[in-house]
Amino acid sequence: MPKPQTITQKILAAHCGKDYVEPGELIMARVDIALGNDITAPLAIQDFHKVGAKKVFDRSRVVLVCDHFAPNKDIPSAIQCQQLRNFAREQDLTHFYDGGDMGVEHALLPEQGIVGPGDVIIGADSHTCTYGALGAFATGVGSTDLAAVMATGECWFKAPESIRLVYTGALPEWLTGKDLILHTIGDIGVDGARYLAMEFTGEAIARLPMADRFSMANMAVEAGAKNGIMAPDEITLAYVKGRTLRPYTTYESDPGAPYLFEKTYAVGGLEPQVACPSSPGNVVPVSRVGDVPIDQAVIGSCTNGRIDDLRLAAKVLKGRRAAKGVRLIVIPATPLVYRQAMDEGLMAIFMDAGAVISPPTCGPCLGGHMGILAPGETAIATTNRNFVGRMGHTQSKVYLASPAVAAASAVAGRIMSPKDL
Amino acid sequence: MELKGQVHKFGDDVNTDEIIPARYLNTSDPVELARHAMEDADPEFVNKMQPGDFIVAGKNFGCGSSREHAPIALKAAGLAGVIAGSFARIFYRNAFNMGLAIFECPEAAAQIKGGQKISVNMDTGVITDLTTGKQYTSQAIPPFMQELLTDGGLMAFVKKHLEAKSA
Repeated sequence: MPKPQTITQKILAAHCGKDYVEPGELIMARVDIALGNDITAPLAIQDFHKVGAKKVFDRSRVVLVCDHFAPNKDIPSAIQCQQLRNFAREQDLTHFYDGGDMGVEHALLPEQGIVGPGDVIIGADSHTCTYGALGAFATGVGSTDLAAVMATGECWFKAPESIRLVYTGALPEWLTGKDLILHTIGDIGVDGARYLAMEFTGEAIARLPMADRFSMANMAVEAGAKNGIMAPDEITLAYVKGRTLRPYTTYESDPGAPYLFEKTYAVGGLEPQVACPSSPGNVVPVSRVGDVPIDQAVIGSCTNGRIDDLRLAAKVLKGRRAAKGVRLIVIPATPLVYRQAMDEGLMAIFMDAGAVISPPTCGPCLGGHMGILAPGETAIATTNRNFVGRMGHTQSKVYLASPAVAAASAVAGRIMSPKDL
Repeated sequence: MELKGQVHKFGDDVNTDEIIPARYLNTSDPVELARHAMEDADPEFVNKMQPGDFIVAGKNFGCGSSREHAPIALKAAGLAGVIAGSFARIFYRNAFNMGLAIFECPEAAAQIKGGQKISVNMDTGVITDLTTGKQYTSQAIPPFMQELLTDGGLMAFVKKHLEAKSA
């Protein structure tokens, strides 16, 4: 009888030529996709050349996206994007995204079918864990690791132990995957899953659309996790169908697979959740946030910039306007999302609500551009981090929430649940 | 090798946005990054610290983004190393890959105070508080990581691999 394994163990085993890997085991794994962006890839490219590497291991498996400080916000950023462009040309990369092709990487790669179930994906960006929603092993690394993978197609890993997070019941109105992951991080803490695989399961997950699943896996790193993962089901396969550029394999955890611990969350009674400054773990239900006037509301990012997120925001904003003095910024995560939002009339709703609509970019999420905060200002954002100074001045504050709460707050001028609007 | 330096103390969950704010990530020049090391946790840090000093911090040091600019900024600022209760995993990996010395030791992290002088044996990971004389043993570096360090970091390891392949 083979030893029971988690989905994470199985994917890693399949990528190092084994039937089984033990949690804690060090392995050298074959990488399906390696990703870099305009902040992290310049260092990787430099390292790649420094060791005398000539060709990337596979030109269709190294993906570069200029999304963080693009459209280029200043001359140094323009130079960083230029380094990616030159490298992409030199290496004849299949997947280089710039200008009008560019989208926020973790929304773009699944949408374009570049990543799929069963893959091992590394990215020099901490939110690479997003792709776990497809049933892949995906994790963030640094630039040196990316350089090594670009040269060799392999990466070393310590196979992580897993934790099992079970979500039971049916989601109340206005509840989203974002609320579930915020609630979870609030419960286990920002290092509650340090080095671990967070495996999300349960009937509430089974009913969750892909956009919400991506939001959840995306923020696994905010609990310190190595990866977040969900076993592929019909919803996953329907999403992948017609997109995926490569054959894929689906895996699921065996009964009796080892978990360090298990937690069950009954979602039926949950309110929308808000992470207060200055930690994604500082989470309270929206009714307990108190009276918090806001200066800015940001709807977008790799966490919540997908079409479902914009539809949800539009549902709240339709026929309403952002309160006087509130800057509402909507950032469709990819060109496709942008076009869909236009075709569905969402852009008109946003403009009627007084929103500024940004081109796809990571922009304000990391305090790059397109909506930086002044001292003393407060924002509510659908992004993933609210550290000190994350969106601008160190004396500004960021609250994290779902698109529904961010939109309702923009209208109210203070943090508010859509049900109280 | 034994290094002596002064301690700069930080709390739990120091994140990479505090270590090097994203507004400075339009460059990867170590000298430029070093000017802003720890800026959003302590704007005066680079003025207060001397080359060879140590950071001692609580749990989950380096959480947040994958930016390797964080360990680069600390190393280029002249920091001898970081001692923490625990490290976030990407930061831990990055520190090894680019050669910033880090030591995981919850006891030292809890007891050593800011401003004190310590000595650290870089090979054994034994930390001595030179004020109290108390010694702490940090967690052993896994053999695989030691091999990486012996090779001179990850890229030296990759170079060896590439040369072996083309030979």
